[in-house]
Amino acid sequence: MKRILGTLILIGAAYASPGWAEEQAEEIGDATRGAQVYKKCSGCHQVGANAVNRTGPHLNGIYGRKPASVEGFFYSKGLERAAADGLEWDLEHLDAYLENPKALVSGTRMSFRGLKDPQDRHDVLAYLRQFSANPQDIPESAPTMVAREVELPPEILAIVGDPAYGEYLSSECQTCHQKDGSDKGIPSITRWPEEDFVIAMHAYKRKIRPHPVMQMMAGRLSDEEIAALAAYFKELE
Amino acid sequence: MTLNRRAFIGASVAAGATLSAPMVMGASHGKPRVVVVGGGAGGATAARYIAKDSKGEIDVVLIEPTRTYYTCFFSNLYIGGFRDLSSIAHSYGTLASEYGINVVHDWAIGIDRDAKTVSLAGGGSVPYDRLILSPGIDFVDGAVPGWSTLAQNKMPHAYKAGSQSELLKAQIEAMPQGGTYVMVAPPNPYRCPPGPYERISMVAHKLKAENPTAKIIIADPKEKFSKQGLFEEGWNTHYAGMIERIGPDFGGANVEVNPDEMTVNLDGEVIKADVVNVIPAMKAGRICELADITEGNWAPVSGHTMQSRVDENIHVLGDATSQGDMPKSGFSANSQAKVAAMAVRGALTGSRVFPAKFSNTCWSLIDTDDGVKVGATYEATDEKIAKVDGFISQTGEDAAMRKTTYEESVGWYEGITADMFG
Ligand SMILES: Cc1cc2nc3c(=O)[nH]c(=O)nc-3n(C[C@H](O)[C@H](O)[C@H](O)COP(=O)(O)OP(=O)(O)OC[C@H]3O[C@@H](n4cnc5c(N)ncnc54)[C@H](O)[C@@H]3O)c2cc1C
Ligand code: HEC
Ligand code: HEC
Repeated sequence: MKRILGTLILIGAAYASPGWAEEQAEEIGDATRGAQVYKKCSGCHQVGANAVNRTGPHLNGIYGRKPASVEGFFYSKGLERAAADGLEWDLEHLDAYLENPKALVSGTRMSFRGLKDPQDRHDVLAYLRQFSANPQDIPESAPTMVAREVELPPEILAIVGDPAYGEYLSSECQTCHQKDGSDKGIPSITRWPEEDFVIAMHAYKRKIRPHPVMQMMAGRLSDEEIAALAAYFKELE
Repeated sequence: MTLNRRAFIGASVAAGATLSAPMVMGASHGKPRVVVVGGGAGGATAARYIAKDSKGEIDVVLIEPTRTYYTCFFSNLYIGGFRDLSSIAHSYGTLASEYGINVVHDWAIGIDRDAKTVSLAGGGSVPYDRLILSPGIDFVDGAVPGWSTLAQNKMPHAYKAGSQSELLKAQIEAMPQGGTYVMVAPPNPYRCPPGPYERISMVAHKLKAENPTAKIIIADPKEKFSKQGLFEEGWNTHYAGMIERIGPDFGGANVEVNPDEMTVNLDGEVIKADVVNVIPAMKAGRICELADITEGNWAPVSGHTMQSRVDENIHVLGDATSQGDMPKSGFSANSQAKVAAMAVRGALTGSRVFPAKFSNTCWSLIDTDDGVKVGATYEATDEKIAKVDGFISQTGEDAAMRKTTYEESVGWYEGITADMFG
């Protein structure tokens, strides 16, 4: 494992070799151990032959499946919106979702606080991979695959935002996001806990969340500016 | 409404009553005064932000002749039957009552830059410390031979919303089966680059349901247009065979109209039409010319503050400006207004000033739940407002994405109108 930017991590070796698919499967994580980790999910999700929807949708064929697409399951608007924006269940995004479901998809109905340990996530994802058709074709196991975490280094989360600057910056947001918290067509961003706000903005900035408008808006904000905005919006009635 | 009837509403009613006619408002209580001409996307936003953020330290006067502002944005959706007219109508009541803005329903007819006063059609004049002009556009005289504003009831432009939009819609409804609608599209630069083509989509949507054998012809002086790939893909999918666009290669720039005969002479071929929607070449709202701050058709400004390059006591916003890379849109005008509001407050009250940031997104509706968008962010350089980054919807996107895009535009409409009018 190599640290790139704070907590960015690289998964998988950089070299392809004959039969790399199987090797890659192991490099994502240990599927046997993953079956144990999966016990944290099995209260809500079934997987394997005859799996049905329970509190959560069944997870067969999750790789490459369009998010929020299992027939007959009642999904949150948040996950449906993310799917319409172009979110795909590949390794990178599954990893981000399991790490912190709300950071990737706010408003998701999956009330699960996330798996903080990268190894746990990689193991459970290696396990789930066995229940996808043609696991060897899963593009996410390409040798150069990089999985990113949304978890931010503490330095960034520790920045104290300047609400006066945030107020000026926020004027740009209010062309779309209403100050009074209405959320017709565009979600409300007022009164969020600062940390959730900061994480969501960085998820757009790093293009982990899919939406092009927000990727662009967040893309040019510095860490300080994001903190300033979080400080300002938190206080809005 | 007559031009010389002036009215005061809201917070300054009492103060207004003490003014003598002809109206001359002296600098009251030594407070600095900002006068805003034009209560549209740029002007209403600027007035609101200055009044809100200066917390009473600045006197804000907004001069706007109409009592009801119909947004051009979503006026195409009104024509297509997706919105009713009342849903795009806004009044100035909240700006007056909640923000203490002195809303004067009158026309500005002259600006004395030395005396720093604005004269009104109703008589009298208003002194300013800073002036903000956001008058939108006017049409270039003689741009389409045969057409003048006198002909706008026969051949509407519907490029200022309200009665013109109603008229165009009524004319489309009155077309005989199999009739012909012609649009004369404008040359660059003009208000809302995708606007004419969203208009075409909405007209086609309406005709497809009500008059499916009708024809739509666009005479276009431009080689290319905004979101062309997306529009053409959508027209093929939803309105195959209905729309014909004649570009400059085939004489689309060589157009003359005859409003009495309802004919369009397109490069020598005379077309008898049932509806002719003429959108002529545009220029800055006339008050900019009267203030003598234009160069060519537009008023040049500095992107750092939106100050006129000619007079630093005047800020110009929105469609009337030439500023660099931003398209003339309501979103742009709103974005520029916030930069100007901050600069004006900084200059008059010493409040903090941050670097200018701008953005724009323009959504267009092609058919029911088929929305597309284009957008960009911008920054101020000494030379101009320069594009930083941008995106555009892709051809071939799935229906779910297009539907969310449309829903977003509805959210944006709510957001920007709340940002303008409170
Ligand atoms: C069909 C159509 C669709 C559009 N769709 C979109 C869209 O989807 N998104 C988008 O962002 N933009 C859109 N636009 C563009 C948008 O409407 C304009 O860019 C925007 O309104 C410009 O704002 P402004 O403040 O410069 O002018 P305006 O909003 O036009 O405001 C000017 C105001 O000034 C007043 N005025 C003029 N002269 C005087 C005077 N002498 N004294 C006093 N008052 C005066 C006028 O009455 C008017 O109210 C569209 C435009 C059209 C025509
Ligand atoms: C408390 C119940 C619960 C637990 C525990 C839980 N989930 Fe979920 N999960 C859900 C619900 C509910 C959804 C639907 C989310 C939505 O609609 O926003 C979901 C959605 C998902 C999805 C997206 C499915 C789709 O069709 O798009 C994945 C992947 C997923 N969960 C994986 C996991 C994994 C792996 C674990 C264990 C590490 C886990 N979940 C734990 C309830 C749970
Ligand atoms: C052009 C319109 C527009 C502008 C301007 C805009 N946003 Fe957004 N924003 C959106 C849309 C649309 C979404 C929903 C995106 C999605 O589905 O992921 C969104 C989502 C968000 C979210 C996540 C909300 C959620 O429920 O997950 C946050 C946080 C956010 N925006 C913050 C901001 C901030 C801060 C600004 C100003 C710097 C801003 N936005 C400017 C349109 C906009």
